[in-house]
Amino acid sequence: MRIRRALAAAAVLPLAVAVAACAPESDDSSSTASDPEGSSSTSASADACATDQLPLRTAGQLTVGTDSPAYEPWFVDNDPSNGKGFESAVAYAVADKLGFSADQVTWVKVPFNKSYAPGPKDFDFDINQISITPQRAEVVDFSDGYYSAAQAVIALKGSKGAEAASLDDLKSLRLGAQTGTTSLTAIRDIIQPETDPVVFEDTNGAKQALQNDQVDAILADLPTAFYISAVEIPKSVIVGQFQPETGEQEEFGMLFEKGSGLVDCVNQALAAMREDGSLDAIEKQWLSDTVGVPELQ
Amino acid sequence: MSDWTPSQHELDRRRLRRRLRTRSALIATAMTVVVFVVVGLVVTGSPGWPSVQALFFSWDDAREALPDIWDAIWLNIKMFLIAEAIILPLAMLIALARVSRSPWLAPLRVTAIVWTDVIRGIPTILLVYLLAFGVPALQLQGLPNSAYVWATVALIISYSAYVAEVFRSGIESVHPSQWASAQALGLTRGQTLRHVVVPQGVRRVVPPLLNDFVSLQKDTALASAAGVFEAVFVARDYGNYNFNYTPLVVVSCFFIVMTVPLARLCDWLTARMRRRELAGAL
Repeated sequence: MRIRRALAAAAVLPLAVAVAACAPESDDSSSTASDPEGSSSTSASADACATDQLPLRTAGQLTVGTDSPAYEPWFVDNDPSNGKGFESAVAYAVADKLGFSADQVTWVKVPFNKSYAPGPKDFDFDINQISITPQRAEVVDFSDGYYSAAQAVIALKGSKGAEAASLDDLKSLRLGAQTGTTSLTAIRDIIQPETDPVVFEDTNGAKQALQNDQVDAILADLPTAFYISAVEIPKSVIVGQFQPETGEQEEFGMLFEKGSGLVDCVNQALAAMREDGSLDAIEKQWLSDTVGVPELQ
Repeated sequence: MSDWTPSQHELDRRRLRRRLRTRSALIATAMTVVVFVVVGLVVTGSPGWPSVQALFFSWDDAREALPDIWDAIWLNIKMFLIAEAIILPLAMLIALARVSRSPWLAPLRVTAIVWTDVIRGIPTILLVYLLAFGVPALQLQGLPNSAYVWATVALIISYSAYVAEVFRSGIESVHPSQWASAQALGLTRGQTLRHVVVPQGVRRVVPPLLNDFVSLQKDTALASAAGVFEAVFVARDYGNYNFNYTPLVVVSCFFIVMTVPLARLCDWLTARMRRRELAGAL
């Protein structure tokens, strides 16, 4: 009887112990990357952005996240660490401005829907064609925009979708786009088609559905659309492009943990790159010229 | 009968039992309260709780996502009801093919074995991809093109293999004496299966069948891989825009609400069948 009771109590104990044991460790973990009242609020002086002063995940290393697969033309060969592709090049250029050599940059795979999970992040910043929106900025911090993308409509040559000449023409079509993208918002808010848009987990699904005649046209940002129509689906054509926001243009920003002290320093680096023309040069090198694609009204 | 009074001994015994009962009820209550309060306090008192609460349990986001989820959940319900209605008979046929003995049915038997072996080895998500993207890509006339249809077919194929094995385990759990008695009564093998073995076998596997059914309900979310905008995908889509996971919690509440009554119904059914089987013998 006595032994049984002791056993029973012992059986409940781990429940409480397990919870208690794993809970109060955040004191040290929150101070590693997020530095709420440290360098970020006091205007980042040049000193705060000195390479050895940066609040990093791993000291001496800039840890950059992106999703896998990493699509062209943002990355090349699904290998962010080769410095090729627009976003890879931007990341290395920012790292350079912050004082890191190329081999001090480490890449981690960060699925898009994990990038905004609560708790400490396993990257210093995430660069993954993420549009800056006010709702998102409540949960994470963004850098200034490093690219503003127009939306493009892609359809198979000779199909119904390829004949569209205006946004109104798109209304009667079956449209598809990837979840969580500006493209999908553009379909819902601007085109407002008669049938609900088909939503895909990634661009690969959208491309396959386009070839299968499961959708008439898909939307993507213009550089992605160029790559799709030129390389991935040769039978396809860019029907046209449009700017989704009437007021402020949507921009891609790097994603940081909320309150990260790194944001100001990265913004300074981006500003410097904009001034000396290196950001433009990277864009010219990796993103195709957008001239020649008709504007859809 | 009326002038019997319990002895002092019996009265003591009763008092002791009562005291022990009260004591164990008190311990159980106190223990439960303490454990859940401690767990609750530790979770809500943890430093990261406010951000977890904002991201997973935000009332505003739940309300905002609810109408879309409500619309989309019907897609899941339709999908698993249609699928289950086909899975049960199909799985039973596969199970019967596997337990058949006739040499004429050997090809069926081999097909059934290969089917269960191979299908169970394939990740369901691959089946969804293969059918929802692969079949339309064949560009055959007369076949539907819809990802929704083919995702449902993929679920049917996948689950028929699992459920067939559940049925087979039920059939094989029926004691050989049942076969022998039925044959002694002059029933053929087919009649024995139909009237004696299968009814008993199915009754025994109702709980695992429910397991698979509940699992199927949630696997309807795999259809999202092919662009079917079902409830879980709606929730994730909302999250991807607003960086909030609350809609996923809302969807799981829907699934729980669907599952719990079903579980009680199954318990009740098995209890009733057991009563009838025992026919008052116990």
